[in-house]
Amino acid sequence: MKTRFFNAIAATFVLLLLTSMLLGLTLESNGTELVIQVAEGTRLSWIISGAVIVFLFQFFRNEISQGWQNTRSSMGNAVPTSISEKVKTTSQLSGLKTTALCFLVAGLMIWPFFASRGSVDLATLTLIYIMLGLGLNIVVGLAGLLDLGYVGFYAVGAYSYALLNMYFGIDFWTGLLAGGLLAAFFGFILGFPVLRLRGDYLAIVTLGFGEIIRILLNNLTDLTGGPNGISQIPKPDLFGLEFSRRAKEEGNVPFHEFFGIDYSSGYKVIFLYLVALLLVIATVFVINRLLRMPIGRAWEALREDDIACQSLGLNKTAVKLSAFTIGAAFAGFAGTFFAARQGFISPESFTFIESAIILAIVVLGGMGSQIGTVLAAIIMTLLPEFAREFNEYRMLMFGLMMVFMMGWRPQGLLPMKRPHIEVERKPQGVVSMQSDNLTTSGNQLVREV
Amino acid sequence: MSQPLLEASDLNMRFGGLVAVDNVALRVHSDEIISIIGPNGAGKTTVFNCLTGFYKPTAGTIRFKGEDIAGLPGHKISRKGIVRTFQHVRLFKDMTVLENLLVAQHRHMNTSLLAGLFNTPGFRRSEAMALDKAMQWLERVNLLDMANRNAGNLAYGQQRRLEIARCMVTRPDLLMLDEPAAGLNPKETEELDNLICELRDHHKVSVLLIEHDMQLVMGISDRIYVINQGRPLASGTPESVQNHPDVIKAYLGET
Amino acid sequence: MPESAYYFIQQLLNGLTVGSTYALIAIGYSLVYGIIGMINFAHGEIYMIGSYVAFIVMAGLAMIGIDSVTLMLLGAFLVSIIITSTYGWSIERIAYRPLRGGNRLIPLISAIGMSIFLQNYVRLAQGSKDIAMPSLITGGWTIGPADGFSATLSYMQVLIFVVTFISMTALTLFISRSRMGRACRACAEDQGMTNLLGINTNGIIALTFVLGAALAAVAGVLLGMYYGVINPYIGFMAGLKAFTAAVLGGIGSIPGAVLGGLILGITEAFTAGYFSTEYKDVVAFSLLVLILLFKPTGLLGKPEVEKV
Repeated sequence: MKTRFFNAIAATFVLLLLTSMLLGLTLESNGTELVIQVAEGTRLSWIISGAVIVFLFQFFRNEISQGWQNTRSSMGNAVPTSISEKVKTTSQLSGLKTTALCFLVAGLMIWPFFASRGSVDLATLTLIYIMLGLGLNIVVGLAGLLDLGYVGFYAVGAYSYALLNMYFGIDFWTGLLAGGLLAAFFGFILGFPVLRLRGDYLAIVTLGFGEIIRILLNNLTDLTGGPNGISQIPKPDLFGLEFSRRAKEEGNVPFHEFFGIDYSSGYKVIFLYLVALLLVIATVFVINRLLRMPIGRAWEALREDDIACQSLGLNKTAVKLSAFTIGAAFAGFAGTFFAARQGFISPESFTFIESAIILAIVVLGGMGSQIGTVLAAIIMTLLPEFAREFNEYRMLMFGLMMVFMMGWRPQGLLPMKRPHIEVERKPQGVVSMQSDNLTTSGNQLVREV
Repeated sequence: MSQPLLEASDLNMRFGGLVAVDNVALRVHSDEIISIIGPNGAGKTTVFNCLTGFYKPTAGTIRFKGEDIAGLPGHKISRKGIVRTFQHVRLFKDMTVLENLLVAQHRHMNTSLLAGLFNTPGFRRSEAMALDKAMQWLERVNLLDMANRNAGNLAYGQQRRLEIARCMVTRPDLLMLDEPAAGLNPKETEELDNLICELRDHHKVSVLLIEHDMQLVMGISDRIYVINQGRPLASGTPESVQNHPDVIKAYLGET
Repeated sequence: MPESAYYFIQQLLNGLTVGSTYALIAIGYSLVYGIIGMINFAHGEIYMIGSYVAFIVMAGLAMIGIDSVTLMLLGAFLVSIIITSTYGWSIERIAYRPLRGGNRLIPLISAIGMSIFLQNYVRLAQGSKDIAMPSLITGGWTIGPADGFSATLSYMQVLIFVVTFISMTALTLFISRSRMGRACRACAEDQGMTNLLGINTNGIIALTFVLGAALAAVAGVLLGMYYGVINPYIGFMAGLKAFTAAVLGGIGSIPGAVLGGLILGITEAFTAGYFSTEYKDVVAFSLLVLILLFKPTGLLGKPEVEKV
């Protein structure tokens, strides 16, 4: 009892040390002099209530963890699952799932025509983050490489399109391809040397790389416009139909004239949304295929035991490099689209904070999990919009959330379930496999779960 | 005699001042089972690590099918046809048994990105062939029922067998086993004995073996190398090695 | 001597000044890495917090009428060491200890989260704008002719050299002579065995975080006074630079961290002096990448043997 009390007092004291100076006092410039002021009442009351909470928590720590354990175990018991049952449900579900997915996509495509312009615009932004989250998820979640300079590839994509358009006048769709390829190329060039390094070195080197790209963009003023950025980047067109009131390019017809309808800037917003949706669907498709391919299996194997991989003839660097390059390509696509949507880019949009937000999305959603990433991206972009006052605290919460998630649920909210190839054995002992999308030789059947 | 499959000569490995392997030489011919024995810490696993590219030998040559492979990275040596198991089982524990065998076939499969993305017939055929091969070996090592289990959930003896199967699907010419019988019960050891002989007789694989189970070693080896304190002590047929005075001394600790 | 020689000397002095503070921060990375084999990602923020606390203490002392430079310095060092040590300890308890032993990625991400959290915590508490403080210590020695270009060794720079030297000597003595220091070295060799011998390894790990934080605080006070301006974002860059220094010298090695810090400081000063200030960060990072590529163990690091 006594030690408990002292522990609690000590913890409270630590909290007061952490907060009293930095939170309780504020530095103010008064002319040339620097003065300190005692913070206003609300802050002091925060400190005091924080201290009380820490004291109580430490004092009743045993009881709290006991109670937590109990609820956990009772929750665990409530869901009895036998393997056979599980297998059955998943196979029945797969057909249902496809139908549901079709309806979802159809719904998402129709939705913008009934929604307000602002919310469609916001949804487009969310889709960009979904794409970035999915792309980074390949690198971090599937291949287990911590890339803190992901925003660098995003910048490469955005600037490739902006510059190629400025100097050579290429359109969005060519730019999309070029942006993705150039970002992938950068990923390859950077990854080739650094992927031999240990994980934590990789994290810092990629962080440094992201910063180098930003510094270069800021200082190569002649080429990139420096801090002023590049403006008037054209929006995507639909087979040559522009979404502006008047065609900017010679010979092009604006969309509304072609279809003989009244001009509305809403079409442009909806079209951007649809393009983003298309890109996200393509991303999801590609990642789903990758998971079922040898390379997807190699990523997981390498994450588990790289020495065994080497002994089986897998080239560690090549396998990692493929994840790094593919991830970078998606950042490039997202970057190109971002440049087209904003119409204006500057190095400001590509700071480390952006990398951190994308990483937070991956971490929150569950490393490797796609649905998790999508949900996390939605939460992360919508929350600050709905609670404006929250915006100020956004990064603080993200940081806290990352620490908290790693301690509590490192696998994320929706941990990933990789599609495992499974085989069925018929009672007679004949090997047989079945498959939804894999027809195999003879009478063999493979099923994916 | 024909050219040996694997020939190492004057192999040396130093870590700083420590000489772990000192002038070791060995030969493996096609369809042979060769064992390396020696007391604990004699440097047997270090020899393995040098041969398979996990260490870069300080000096010496290693020829495999006439080609110098000393100092090549591990994955390249593996691709030339040498695969190994480890003293402590190294499976991909969170992947299924079947997937362990598919990963091992990575370099034999159609890994083209586009073929995989569009699920082309060529890609599907490659996947199906890999599955076939995996199933054959699972049947051989009697793990067919476990195909969908996570490898980490298998019993120890099963994990050992899976590790051998995982090596075999890579279609090696030389299989190197690091203490495969460690921790197995007598019945499992006997099965292992049969399996190793079958690999040589029916699958055209030579086997290089580190093992402490003398009954197993003496029973199946064509030739034996004895290493003590990093140096070669004796070599020859099981009988000659068994009666070699230095070997008896090293094992019984006489001076 | 020609003007260019004085210019060169000036750049060298500036480089050594900044480099020795990099070395102080880099030691924190090396200490922690030497024992748990992980990078303390939030270390740069500790340095930033050290600067803020120092400014608060000095401003506070000035307000209550104490304007002796010695007292202000002592107060700033003492309080910021105490506060940052508490931060270092808390970071270990919250972001590292509960996650030890699992996937290496997990503590790394949690430490990045911690770093983001601390940066924004200070931003919200103290505002995001630059805070400037008039220099306490002015003047210096001039080397070279009175007319024309000359090099200056300011008293502030001398203070930085002296304090850095004292801190490093103290740390080296502590590690090599004291019981705790011996336990630290044992822990770096083999944590499991040290634990079996009845040494509280958890305590030792916490101690390395505290020691690292204390040195970062010293660097924070010194650099804060040297530049005279701080903001909540200085920790990010300083952390990266110091990490580069630690890797350059060989992470895990304390003399290596010092050497790396000095080399990096001088390289940066010369880049800024002869090329362009904008690119000094690029040069620092390029140095990091090159070192990792060609000599990942750094200048004074021990090679690691991979166990199969």
